[in-house]
Amino acid sequence: MSDPMLRIRDLTKTYMVSMGLLKVRRPLRAVNGVSLSVEKGQVLGLVGESGCGKSTIAKLILRLEEMTGGSILLDGKDLSALTRTELARRIQPVFQDPYASLNPRKSVGSIISLPLRVHKVGEAASWKKKVDEIMEIVGLVPRLKHSFPNQLSGGQRQRVAVARALIMRPEIVICDEPTSALDVSVQSQILNLLMDLRRDFGLTYILISHNLAVVEHMASRVAVMYLGRIVEEAETRSIFERPRHPYTRALLASVLTPEPGRGLPETHLGIVYPNPIDPPPGCTFHPRCPEATEVCRQVPPEPLLENGRFVECHHPGN
Amino acid sequence: MTALLEVRGLHVEIALAAGLLKAVRDVSFSVDRGRTLALVGESGCGKSLTALAVMDLLPPRAQRRAETLRFEGLDLRKARTRRMADLRGNKIAMIFQEPMTSLNPCYTIGNQLEEAMLRHRKVPRKVARDRAVFLLEKVGITAAASRLRQYPHQLSGGLRQRVMIAMGLMCGPAMIIADEPTTALDVTIQAQILSLLASLQKEFQMGLLLITHDLGIVARVADRVNVMYCGQVVESGEVTQIFDNPLHPYTQGLLGCIPIPGKTRPGDYLGSIPGVVPTPIGDMKGCAFRNRCTFLSSACAAEDVALREISSDRAYRCLLSPETCAQNLRGRAK
Repeated sequence: MSDPMLRIRDLTKTYMVSMGLLKVRRPLRAVNGVSLSVEKGQVLGLVGESGCGKSTIAKLILRLEEMTGGSILLDGKDLSALTRTELARRIQPVFQDPYASLNPRKSVGSIISLPLRVHKVGEAASWKKKVDEIMEIVGLVPRLKHSFPNQLSGGQRQRVAVARALIMRPEIVICDEPTSALDVSVQSQILNLLMDLRRDFGLTYILISHNLAVVEHMASRVAVMYLGRIVEEAETRSIFERPRHPYTRALLASVLTPEPGRGLPETHLGIVYPNPIDPPPGCTFHPRCPEATEVCRQVPPEPLLENGRFVECHHPGN
Repeated sequence: MTALLEVRGLHVEIALAAGLLKAVRDVSFSVDRGRTLALVGESGCGKSLTALAVMDLLPPRAQRRAETLRFEGLDLRKARTRRMADLRGNKIAMIFQEPMTSLNPCYTIGNQLEEAMLRHRKVPRKVARDRAVFLLEKVGITAAASRLRQYPHQLSGGLRQRVMIAMGLMCGPAMIIADEPTTALDVTIQAQILSLLASLQKEFQMGLLLITHDLGIVARVADRVNVMYCGQVVESGEVTQIFDNPLHPYTQGLLGCIPIPGKTRPGDYLGSIPGVVPTPIGDMKGCAFRNRCTFLSSACAAEDVALREISSDRAYRCLLSPETCAQNLRGRAK
């Protein structure tokens, strides 16, 4: 088998957190030994509650943050060997809030063409044509080129963000909650667009979302994160049909699909999300786990790899 | 039996430089004790303003008028500022979306919990404090007594929203208006908060007006649903009717936009509604949805579309007959 497009090994990111004046700063392990690989053309869904470290992983891949330990290989080459601009050509982000991620003082045309200017691609004369092309691809009418972000709707803004990400024809696009700020009718438009673009340009996505229905619809594989670690990773279908980790089961149960009569799910999760500065001993999930036993409270579970499925639990279901 | 809250012909208008913004147009609904009515729609459809209009908390430039606005037999149109202040937090409680911004960062949780009861019931502080501890425990907060001394920033989002709910319940309200109560929370916490709200509602037989954009929440929590679009109610009915047999093209379109694990095929195109919501400024003639509707005809622009009642508990705002609508729904499914 060829090398995966992106291989992440033992990735760690530790922040030193101030505990107050005159107190020793303490480490917060936002990402704590994560290994993942993404094949070309795949969509990897990354799910978990807020604070579990999924956005930190995105930032580390984009090198917006420097990793503390581990390695990220892009096509077999170490990411840290690439310069910032080389990296930006190959990996691009689309962020959650199109209201915050676009410069309000720049016109749409200028926002979309910025990567071309930064990377000094071709002649200035050709930039206009490229902008027109990409705007058509993402479904923005040409006259919007001279508009400013505040004149656009949420869906249009997110299209601008997608256009800016794609104009350099990157190989990997990291979508961090791409539709969370949008209305449902607009969300489906953006999801359809992202799927089309992936097919047409052979893109690889890392899709970070708390909406499991969206992840199920888009992703080929899903990784579930809890407190800085991947607790389960498998093909989307098998995760949704046979979740093995109790946390995955709870997450799946809490998806509220528009099906009346099914009532509200009981997730059996305690209410407290543990403080990441003081993670619980043993399996970090044990205080909230309905199936925790003595061993869970003391020994961290070993990673278990079976039939292409990864799970980290003392008592995985089948 | 008379309804707990009855709203007929509610309008909210805001004077803007660009003209008169008709944010809420002729909205009618009623909420009974122990029942949940959901107002659902996309951003800008007027659902939050409807709630604020009921509470008389509209921004200064917004004008409200209504044929009926009655709560427990009291005509809210005529209620003075003082009378409304007596109701808010007492008989009607409100839970807002962002527990971070709706709690005062300068006061302790205990202080804010006790406030409503001290204001409305004139009880000694000790009584209010006991009630606060009782309710914090009720909403599932551990070590309730020590929490009273904490400040909002010391709590997580889920805990803060639980505090908001406890605060709403302090005076034993007859009705709760919850405006996107779980939008800022994680999915796991969302399910817990909604279950909590539903069980408390049952226990205290409160009426619940739930405002949300999330059809998943509506399906699981509501008894009745009003779908709003561009300031109007475009469809109303019992929750199963709305989800199993939606009539209005907007409701049908909205439901088609949502991926459902196990039902929609991964990777398939999701339904979408083309175009954007129009801004209801100035005179709006004809159906507000017509420019995004796949079943547009010349009649749609000619005149305003009235809400058509097809039974006592079901109505929709479209010129197409119920049979045609049902046929359209089958067409979409293919």
